[in-house]
Amino acid sequence: MKRVKRRYLALQLECDGVPAEREFIDAVWAAITKLYGEVGASLTGLALINFDVERKVAVLRVSLASLGMVRASLASITCVAGREASVYVLGVSGTLKALYAQAQ
Amino acid sequence: MTRAFVDLHLRVNPKDQQATQRLISKASKFGYSQISIPFTLKLNEEELTQLKAACTEAGLDFVSRADFHPRSEDDLTHFLRKFRRRFEVICIICDNKEVARQAAKDRRVDLLNFPSLDYRKRFFDRAEAELASCNLAALEVDVKPLLILEGPPRVRLLTSLRREVAIAREFRVPIVVSSGVSEERLMRLPRDMASIAFLFGLDEAQALDATSTNPAAIVARNREKLSSRFVAPGISVVKEGKPS
Repeated sequence: MKRVKRRYLALQLECDGVPAEREFIDAVWAAITKLYGEVGASLTGLALINFDVERKVAVLRVSLASLGMVRASLASITCVAGREASVYVLGVSGTLKALYAQAQ
Repeated sequence: MTRAFVDLHLRVNPKDQQATQRLISKASKFGYSQISIPFTLKLNEEELTQLKAACTEAGLDFVSRADFHPRSEDDLTHFLRKFRRRFEVICIICDNKEVARQAAKDRRVDLLNFPSLDYRKRFFDRAEAELASCNLAALEVDVKPLLILEGPPRVRLLTSLRREVAIAREFRVPIVVSSGVSEERLMRLPRDMASIAFLFGLDEAQALDATSTNPAAIVARNREKLSSRFVAPGISVVKEGKPS
């Protein structure tokens, strides 16, 4: 079986207050499901790797094939846990090491 | 080479100075190099100067733009005659077919915009695209409705946009993706805005062009035309001789 290629995304969350990790990932899943449905969401291979509550920076892992879908869904997020919010992609990389290096 | 990103449609009221300043700072922080805030018929030179100064201070290039919502062909031609030479970009919001066709036919029109909420009023079909292609008019797509709409209205809008973008590509009509936002929280990074274009069928390179090279080309072309040295396309005054 062919190995699944992945990409790691560093995200900046901008909102009032500090949402919990669960609330953030729920908002991401909701945005993807709303745009692409449950079948589409199942193809993304989405996983939350890290969520820095203080800096409101998250790291997600997605499959390379669904990167465009996930980026479009992230840009469409307008609220997290009932509060107005927006999510920006700070960087995309093939490895976590490179992503953290990029972020620094 | 890094891309210079352009957002030609920040819909803030220039009279609300605080909101305007916030939007300008955010655009600068997000890495845009040119922005535009549309004016309607009442052009206030003082506001325009203030906006230009605020943008220059934030490291942005301000593009003057006028949006017009004509009711008839005559209305449109009258507006163009009066305002074409006063603005760098002219956008026509086409509410009926007659206006849409005339706007696409007229070389003085830069951008064609269609109402997002009523899909029956989106007249960008093959005939419209052919006219627009001959006259260098571009199709403008605002991102804001895609962010605020949900459910069936968003589905209908995406369906229309996908069809229009396919037609525009077939007829080589440039596509310009703008934010169309009036609130800070709906502003997106240029690359995030381009990724929304993925939803209506633009690939990565085309989406990035729609937020950078396509709008920048319109601005550059019009600035050249509005300069005092312009004579005709491709001809400009290089040096003036002394009268003998």
